[in-house]
Amino acid sequence: MKSAVVVFPASNCDRDAATALEQMTGRPAHMVWHQDSELPDVDLVVLPGGFSYGDYLRCGAMASQSKIIQAVKAHAERGGAVLGICNGFQVLTESHLLPGALIRNADLKFVCRSVALEVDETQSAFTRKYDKGQKVSFPVAHGEGNYVADEETLNRLEGEGRVVFRYAAGDNPNGSSRNIAGILNEKRNVLGLMPHPERVVDPLLGGTDGRAMFESLIEALS
Amino acid sequence: MTAITPELVKEHGLSDDEYAHIKRLMNREPTLVELGIFSVMWSEHCSYKSTRVHLAKLPTKASWVIQGPGENAGVIDIGDGDACIFKMESHNHPSFIEPYQGAATGVGGIMRDVFTMGARPVAMMNALRFGEPSHPKTRHLVSGVVRGIGGYGNCMGVPTVGGEVNFHKSYNGNILVNAMCVGLARTDKIFKSAAKGAGNPVVYIGSKTGRDGIHGATMASAEFDDASEEKRPTVQVGDPFTEKLLLEACLELMATDAIIAIQDMGAAGLTSSSAEMGDKGGSGIELDLDKVPQREANMTAYDMMLSESQERMLAVLKPGREAEAEAIFKKWELDFAVIGITTDTKRLVVKHKGEVVADMPITALSDEAPKYSRPFEIRPAATGAPSFDKSKPVMASLKTILAAPDMASRRWVWEQYDVSVMSDTVQAPGGDSAVVRVHGTKKGLAITTDVTPRYCKADPFEGAKQAVAEAWRNITAVGARPLAVTDNLNFGNPQKPQIMGEIVAGIDGIGEACRALDFPVIGGNCSLYNETNGEGILPTPAIGGVGLMKDVAKSATIAFKRNVDVIMLVGETKGHLGQSIYLREIEGREEGAAPRVHLPSEKRNGDFVRLLIEAGGIDTVHDISDGGLLVAIAEMCLAGKMGANIRLPDGSDPIPFLFGEDQARYVVAFPSAMSVRVTDTARNHGVPHVLIGCTAPDKLLVEGIGELPVSELRTAHEGWFPRYMSGEEVPVTN
Repeated sequence: MKSAVVVFPASNCDRDAATALEQMTGRPAHMVWHQDSELPDVDLVVLPGGFSYGDYLRCGAMASQSKIIQAVKAHAERGGAVLGICNGFQVLTESHLLPGALIRNADLKFVCRSVALEVDETQSAFTRKYDKGQKVSFPVAHGEGNYVADEETLNRLEGEGRVVFRYAAGDNPNGSSRNIAGILNEKRNVLGLMPHPERVVDPLLGGTDGRAMFESLIEALS
Repeated sequence: MTAITPELVKEHGLSDDEYAHIKRLMNREPTLVELGIFSVMWSEHCSYKSTRVHLAKLPTKASWVIQGPGENAGVIDIGDGDACIFKMESHNHPSFIEPYQGAATGVGGIMRDVFTMGARPVAMMNALRFGEPSHPKTRHLVSGVVRGIGGYGNCMGVPTVGGEVNFHKSYNGNILVNAMCVGLARTDKIFKSAAKGAGNPVVYIGSKTGRDGIHGATMASAEFDDASEEKRPTVQVGDPFTEKLLLEACLELMATDAIIAIQDMGAAGLTSSSAEMGDKGGSGIELDLDKVPQREANMTAYDMMLSESQERMLAVLKPGREAEAEAIFKKWELDFAVIGITTDTKRLVVKHKGEVVADMPITALSDEAPKYSRPFEIRPAATGAPSFDKSKPVMASLKTILAAPDMASRRWVWEQYDVSVMSDTVQAPGGDSAVVRVHGTKKGLAITTDVTPRYCKADPFEGAKQAVAEAWRNITAVGARPLAVTDNLNFGNPQKPQIMGEIVAGIDGIGEACRALDFPVIGGNCSLYNETNGEGILPTPAIGGVGLMKDVAKSATIAFKRNVDVIMLVGETKGHLGQSIYLREIEGREEGAAPRVHLPSEKRNGDFVRLLIEAGGIDTVHDISDGGLLVAIAEMCLAGKMGANIRLPDGSDPIPFLFGEDQARYVVAFPSAMSVRVTDTARNHGVPHVLIGCTAPDKLLVEGIGELPVSELRTAHEGWFPRYMSGEEVPVTN
């Protein structure tokens, strides 16, 4: 699997994503600058965590207007896989590659901790190596991860099996609607999630529950 | 031209003698700009005029020290061509006035100190002290400071991996916000600030200059009074986004060989950076302020020289490399301007709108800065072993202590910090030291900040020794070899002989402990005048320590891990209750002698524990500090989600044995099959040790005394902070 990581000004999980990708796929990821207008020939594009452009406007709003996003949209249009983690998820909703929005955490505080998740959907290139209903533990680290959408959209997401990760009952760190932690687009090739799978691929660093996501992608895209 | 009146001199915080000295050095009256420059460069904050004489006594050398005090940060060699660069610095005064921005810019400032030397910051720590919980400002200050630290560090993408939070009424009017940054570089890519050579371009990079923070360094060198909140305009405003760009741009420029010298613009901004670079390089510097990128219209030379706008750097480049550097800063959308040139005159010359507004010998700002041997009086240390009520129920006391403001879980704080970004955090907050892997290797850095101010108040010398010993012990407890420290000396007004006595005794105590433990001081910061309306803080010499381990996979943690592990107490227990948490929280008294640190025992016991961890198989260790043995064991139960059965040695007095704060002690747990090996090793090293029980499910039981479910301890321990911050709890007064 060939992959690329987009670097916005003040992305700060770009190195983490690249390290995890290299560790899991055995080949280095391409680092793509936000002002580039083309992507290299890759199977997967990762929009990493961070504070793109400072996030002084709505998180991800500035990044959604960057040059590279046109290329990311074209890649998704062609059926290429896109994974948005944390700030990357915010960029995806702001770019309308995913529905809904991410607003301030319900308690108005930044939260960083390990959270219990349930894998709700395994019919996707991102989660096929998980078991349906599997409990996994990923860290979150965000101030604006509270997923909201109108009822109709939420019903549709659930009805179409596009809610991929949910916070386990009682462990929702941000107050998101229906405990949503990660969702797919209609074509199921774009995933956005607030928790950080790339931080849990090394047993020394608090677990390996993120590995199955990369293994899924490798199997689906190689 | 503005006439320099005695009032103006006084407003600049200069004494009559100091001003007379300035006139002698200049052979004339200074201009207003020059007066402003002298005022910041000769401030306590920049010149260390009260402490330099004493700081010179600290041990600063070891074979692994690459750079000791005197640069932006200290540097140690951690093998394989890797260097670790770190420093701790205070941002106390601004944080009290405007907690969010004060703390945020404290974080930003210390990060620049580290990355200006070529390091990528990899971990942040902090040591925070607030007033008593019942003080009406405390909640607001805790909330603002914690959000500020998180707001800046999280955006930078550098994990904040631990620290300290304490409450005491002596900080009601002067909170302490000490931030430490640890970075990594290659030993052959370390950048310094000596602007050697004439005719080299001086370049300004980063944010534009505004009027914020003018005279911040002078504010940080005076006591507070009731009007201090009017100083809010002297607090700078941080922009972590720009700092992140500045970090990446500087590291990109540093990968070339275009830089001769580089320094961040911290306290006293353009003034101190240019003066210090010229001074260290033995050169002169000529600046043209018309070229400085400015955020506001009609800024005067005085404004620009004294502004403390954040996220700015000054560099001296090799001639002809300007375009290459400019391209890098353009890419990151940062300002870049050639604003001056180095000369061979050893003078700082500042031009604005075609006029020379300052022309002064650089040595007048550095070497000639005042250096005082202030009179000091060493107060006799508190003595005596306090009495206590032997009938108080032990388990109830344990629960009270675990829920006390100084002892309760700090989860509410650290969950607002990104602890795992950069994917190298092996041990996050809650253990003895944070452990951060050196990216791409098996090596790890152990990092801690420590000081016990109540000990320092009772006995400034022993208390300072204890701060160093505790840092050394915390690094040892995870299995790392302690290498070096940075100190952050927070005290009151040095012009009072009693306070100066605390400072002198404190520095002597740090020196003695660092020498005995081979733990040199490679940098630091002094924050004096922490007084409001004449009331000083507890002496608080915070120590930031760094250690190295060869294999992070072997690092020990405090959590109990297996049922029926043997629990061993390492070190001698006499039951020292003077100045203990028990005495304060249960008996309501702060009295008696502070515990003494016997440095040879400290070293012997710690070397033994580290040997056990390095040999492999020993993965559960906790040092014993605040609260004593039973609190340490309770913390190990909470972290491991299991219980323990404890049996007191025959003849021991339960309360002093379980809650005494004797030093040089650890709790170690291991499978019983290892007992013989561990006890034999202890005996061979002459280390006092006693087996005191074993791990068990669910309950903490002390035989013959009582028991409590761990879940009940957890409720007590976790509950206080969130309840207090949500305003539900009527705060406890300490």
